[in-house]
Amino acid sequence: MSVLASSRSGKPRVGLFVTCLVDLMRPSVGFAAVKLLEDAGCTVEAPVQTCCGQPAYNSGDRGTTRDLAMRIIETFQEFDYVVSPSGSCAGMIRKHYPELFEEDPNWRAKASALAAKTFELTSFLVDVLGVTQVDATYHGAVTYHDSCSGLRELGVRTQPRLLLSSVRGLTLVEMNDSDVCCGFGGTFAVKYSDISGSIVDAKARNVEAAGAPTLLAGDLGCLMNMAGKLSRGGKPVQVRHVAEVLANMTDEPAIGLPREAALKQDQP
Amino acid sequence: MTVHTTSPQFKQNAARALHDPQLQKALNNVKQGFIDKRQAAADKLPEFEALRDSARDIKNHTLEHLDLYLEAYEQKVKASGGHVHFARNADEAREIILSICREAGARTVTKGKSMISEEIGINHYLEANGIKPVETDLGEYIIQLRNELPSHIIAPAVHLNATQVEQDFRRVHTHLDAKRDLSEPVQLLTEARAVLRERFLAADVGITGANFLVAETGTSIIVTNEGNGDLTQILPRTHIVLASIEKLVPTLEDASQLLRVLARSATGQEMSVYTTFSTGPRRSGDADGPENYHVVLIDNGRSAMLGTSFEEMLRCIRCGACMNHCPVYHAVGGHAYGWVYPGPMGAVLTPSLIGVDKAGHLPNASTFCGRCESVCPVRIPLPKLMRHWREREFERHLTPASVRSGLSLWSFFAKRPALYRLATRAAMATLGFAGRRRGRFSWLPLAKGWTKHRDFPAPQGETFQARWQRERKGGTA
Repeated sequence: MSVLASSRSGKPRVGLFVTCLVDLMRPSVGFAAVKLLEDAGCTVEAPVQTCCGQPAYNSGDRGTTRDLAMRIIETFQEFDYVVSPSGSCAGMIRKHYPELFEEDPNWRAKASALAAKTFELTSFLVDVLGVTQVDATYHGAVTYHDSCSGLRELGVRTQPRLLLSSVRGLTLVEMNDSDVCCGFGGTFAVKYSDISGSIVDAKARNVEAAGAPTLLAGDLGCLMNMAGKLSRGGKPVQVRHVAEVLANMTDEPAIGLPREAALKQDQP
Repeated sequence: MTVHTTSPQFKQNAARALHDPQLQKALNNVKQGFIDKRQAAADKLPEFEALRDSARDIKNHTLEHLDLYLEAYEQKVKASGGHVHFARNADEAREIILSICREAGARTVTKGKSMISEEIGINHYLEANGIKPVETDLGEYIIQLRNELPSHIIAPAVHLNATQVEQDFRRVHTHLDAKRDLSEPVQLLTEARAVLRERFLAADVGITGANFLVAETGTSIIVTNEGNGDLTQILPRTHIVLASIEKLVPTLEDASQLLRVLARSATGQEMSVYTTFSTGPRRSGDADGPENYHVVLIDNGRSAMLGTSFEEMLRCIRCGACMNHCPVYHAVGGHAYGWVYPGPMGAVLTPSLIGVDKAGHLPNASTFCGRCESVCPVRIPLPKLMRHWREREFERHLTPASVRSGLSLWSFFAKRPALYRLATRAAMATLGFAGRRRGRFSWLPLAKGWTKHRDFPAPQGETFQARWQRERKGGTA
């Protein structure tokens, strides 16, 4: 039992919900999250997992969503907390899982129990664990994009900024409209490609106008969208997940930059 | 039937809008104008959030007892000497209006701004029957000259600039000096005012919409910033109020609470410049007012929404805050939505009123960023309702085949973790290797929608789960 397990060691036992995109595209974000959680005194486990079901949910396929949600619930219900380096995926579990099982009291209770202990990473560190500073150094100015689900579903706004303010050498420069959508929207970016392209274009202009050489955010989907737009426009902005900076794990090339350092001079 | 729709061509409409530099410039004004003003107005009123709750509750209560309030309202209007007509749909509404106009011997009809009148297409109908309708709200007047639909529910001509308006005025106001100076917006305004003043005086019937209908008094309420509504309803012998049935509120106190959130949410004003109450025809001793007072209550699909998951949409008080804050609206403007109501509220309401088979794109064309819901004065969960439409489409197999097959392929793997890990491990290793030199792809098979506008960042190569297994063996598989 989770309560016993955690009380025995005295440490909160956290299940890391790593998210599909971090799992597939940028595992270093997952390891940064693990480091932050362990530094804050948690025991972290990453059980075998797939998708939270959000793509199906937002495409109107409730049946598939429920199937995937039930898997996640069963996988993670044993932990004291479920933490995710994504406001969008944490929001799916926290805000939407209980709605999925309105006609099924048994599963609804399980979904609600999981929802209550599921958190976005920075909000978990600050709001639950009371972390106010991290041990990290990052030289230069960064600007921060507030991803929509984290901001409006989970109230993530001050938490990443508080933690960033403790990073040595880092200055936060706010961009205009940091709380406006980047145009990603999951499958929206592909289904309504032209509209999405126009929205991310406006975001890229705000990032550029802020003048900071680094762009951070808490959701990899938004980050890939913005990084892809900035690199397409030839803008030399380093784009990273906020966890990488907070965990002092910025050795990996920024999103969309080459992995083979020797070939970096090929870059425009 | 209601007015013509181009909603099925949403994508083409949007593409055209995105490539229209004049429109893009005009849309920038929406972004800059409304948002800060609403925020300032909300910040100045400590009880604003509590008022939003109260506004939601008032509308919910009314919708729960709509039949009772409609009856009570009807009785009060009759008691004050007015007439109430119920129209099930647009056809019935148009016939009722035409017959009232004919009874009044009307040749010209002035109109205050009314979205329901756009919905039932009354202007074309009256014109086809020999009666000239004249829009008197400046924005509506301009788009009437251009034979367009409003592109915004409170700022109908927001897609236009002053030069376009000048050209329209020169084209239509041919009785005026061709050499007159119209270079300043105030000159356009003065000219419109002079032209409209004659129309006000000549009109036989005045048609207005209603922001609220008050059951306890039989009063209809409109808000305007130009005063055109007052002249429309006071000067002609006959006043017709057009309203959809969800405009009802129980009491004057309820209406005043809703008024406190309406203008603040819409334009950031504390109150609109004119808030006009009208209750029945002119009484003996009244200084002015119409001799005949008619209310046409229009259902046109609303009652079918009651008791469904879309009932919450009937709380809408048409402030426009959702579209003012919508990144998709900012990108494509109102006309792209292809029918009367644009933006997030239109994306929910339009499928209810004209069918999701025609308007299916609208609830899909949203990133679910949630900014609309965060500013809605009556707290309509717009993203949730758009998602409900997507569910209806999925159930009815209206979702595009490409989306369905992509989704079922994804869920096939997502439901089989072992296979998922194997497949993703191989795929990411391949992609990571292919992208190691540039770090990104400017083209990828099956990802044209993505790479048309942005690069696809290359993955790091090894999946998190593979590395975790290797380094920590912490997984429970």
